[in-house]
Amino acid sequence: MTGEIGLLALCLALALAIVQTLSGLSGARVAGSLSRGIATSSATGQFVFVALAFGALIYASVTDDFSIANVAENSHTLKPLIYKISGVWGNHEGSMLLWVFVLSVYSAAIAFLKRGSDRLTSAALGVQGLVAVAFIVFILFTSNPFVRLDPAPFEGNGLNPLLQDFGLAVHPPMLYTGYVGLSAAFAYAAAALIVRERDWARAARPFMLAAWIALTLGIALGSWWAYYELGWGGFWFWDPVENASLMPWLVATALLHSALATERTGAFRTWTLLLAIAGFSLSLIGTFLVRSGVLTSVHAFASDPTRGTYILFLIFGAIGGALALFAWRAPSLEEGASFEPVSRETALLLNNVFLTASAATVFVGTLYPLALDTFTGTKISVGPPFYAATFAPFFFAMLILVPFGPRLGWHRGNLRAALRTLYPALGAALLAFALILAFTTPRSLFGAAAFAVAAWLIASSAIDFWTRGWRGASPASVASMLGHAGLAVTLIGIAGTTLWRSEALEVLGPHDSMYVGGYELRLDDVVGVKGPNYDAARAIVTVKRNGETIAVMHPERRVFPAERQETVETAIRTTIFTDLYLALGDRRDATHWILRAYVNPLAPFIWLGGLVMALGGLAALWSRMRKPRAVPDAMAAPAE
Amino acid sequence: MKQLLAIVFALLVSVPALAVPAPGTLADPALEARARALQKELRCMVCQGESIDESNASLAADLRALIRKHIQAGESDAQIKQYLVARYGDMILMKPPFESNTYALWLTPFLVLMVCLGAAAWVVIRASRRPASE
Repeated sequence: MTGEIGLLALCLALALAIVQTLSGLSGARVAGSLSRGIATSSATGQFVFVALAFGALIYASVTDDFSIANVAENSHTLKPLIYKISGVWGNHEGSMLLWVFVLSVYSAAIAFLKRGSDRLTSAALGVQGLVAVAFIVFILFTSNPFVRLDPAPFEGNGLNPLLQDFGLAVHPPMLYTGYVGLSAAFAYAAAALIVRERDWARAARPFMLAAWIALTLGIALGSWWAYYELGWGGFWFWDPVENASLMPWLVATALLHSALATERTGAFRTWTLLLAIAGFSLSLIGTFLVRSGVLTSVHAFASDPTRGTYILFLIFGAIGGALALFAWRAPSLEEGASFEPVSRETALLLNNVFLTASAATVFVGTLYPLALDTFTGTKISVGPPFYAATFAPFFFAMLILVPFGPRLGWHRGNLRAALRTLYPALGAALLAFALILAFTTPRSLFGAAAFAVAAWLIASSAIDFWTRGWRGASPASVASMLGHAGLAVTLIGIAGTTLWRSEALEVLGPHDSMYVGGYELRLDDVVGVKGPNYDAARAIVTVKRNGETIAVMHPERRVFPAERQETVETAIRTTIFTDLYLALGDRRDATHWILRAYVNPLAPFIWLGGLVMALGGLAALWSRMRKPRAVPDAMAAPAE
Repeated sequence: MKQLLAIVFALLVSVPALAVPAPGTLADPALEARARALQKELRCMVCQGESIDESNASLAADLRALIRKHIQAGESDAQIKQYLVARYGDMILMKPPFESNTYALWLTPFLVLMVCLGAAAWVVIRASRRPASE
């Protein structure tokens, strides 16, 4: 019954999404409130039914209902409960259902919060409905998660062991909350064009912020997972799947900044609309890249093109439709107030220039090899050296400019006054540069520059906070301080790990020792351990420093019999300032094992920075939810 | 969105039972450092997005050993890369070469930056000339 209930609920959700689209769009045209009311209640109903369908799939997975093909292919009776739940979105069909579920949550939020004028809300609900229709149809016709198996197998195939991990259980919902949240920004932008609304950015801001926070955390989680699960200590590979999430983040960051100016002074009105459209388009492109199989191989996509082709049409429809609407209506939007070349507006514009160029770089780096392979058959790799030569300098240049933005007034800023407050930060940066260059090895100008920029950002945020004081710091100003300082924290982590990592790889027998970065590692024993659905070889490694035992660590190798796969379970001892990272390698003979050890200085800062940025986003969200319809103030005002 | 990466990775990596080579490091630390640097610039062809420096695949292990053999034979980095490109194609290079079919790849980022800077300058000039309103 579960599968049928889920399928029925999904069909009803589709019907309600159609109603939501029609009533929402007609509510945008007519002043009457009847169709608006229908749009609101169908958004709510759609949320209920999608939740029911999603719940049905989770229930089927938790109860090991292998008569449902999706559960049989991706679950196993021995799998721990949490992975039975998270396994639901660990596969294509389930993750698309999660996509639609998050979309319906945002639609319901739009309906309940009712931000902006009634016509704007109504049109936004209409657009959200249209997106929901497209995706529910996609699920029903190409990716139905409720297909039955007859006869039902006694046991499922199990879930990829790499995915049986807490970080990866939380990562997809977080990332989707970000991806799909950009659909809300997109819906408001399209709605603004439909009803010719000027102040849409204020109404859409909480959704942009929610999406950005979730994307930030989602990317950080994904990177953290790669770090501890893949077993090589790498945290970012410039892999297309990672890039697919980075592009929307870059554009969403640009959107948050551009929308600030649009809200405050009406500047960049059309550009902000375009960014909202671009953000969601990149979310769709990311979904296409990951879901169509095009990344594994262009040929894999060609052999089963239904899903990929549908998403491709969906992308063209969404982008084309939105751009056509934009070309038609945007010219009629009036221009904002004037501003001087030295002003907050110019600073925000520069932020957008660098973020756009960075996003374009990731875009071309991700798609160029695919295009080249498709059209000429030539295969190339676009790896880290490409991004080091393009993305890195763009981003670096932007970071240097960051502290000026919050210090310049709207319309007209005072560069000299801004610089005066920044002298201590400049001092901190120069000091950091000199210290790193003088006292650390290997000597690296780039490394020293990275720490200088980080000091520059953190010091400027600290000065900002110091001058405002505890009482004077508004949530909005705290948001900018945390957001910018968080970037610096991440930068410190990346620079520290890249510059000063030390590593060792050795074959150890019982009670043999190896040395890495000032630690002595002694392999005491390797014992067999039985997990719920795996058998592990667990090494017992005594860690000594200056002759004293400071820890005992247990890196493992796990064999999952159901999935017939092996994983490496790293052991990480962190002091926040440095990670000691152990991975157990192959067994050489009866008593000898390979042990890989890394000391990754400052590595935790990489993800800590993401957390700080997300906190900044939360502060901004809190300041917005407290005063949903603040009166715009055209005068120079405290930083935001 | 990481699942696909993870699945592909797991499929490719776990088949050769996570073979890591014996630690066949070169005795000369300078040569070993060269080998390590070179490893980071070469792609593990059967993995997703990883260099042979950080991959468990047996192909990566073989290539790591191969590089060391060539280094010991006294070849330069460029010669070794040339040898590998001749066998595996440009795809093995993490840094795509700057050639006629990659001009667009290398130049687009800078062109976009230039265009954006130009557009921003235009917007700022126009905005500063507009009479103050609101």
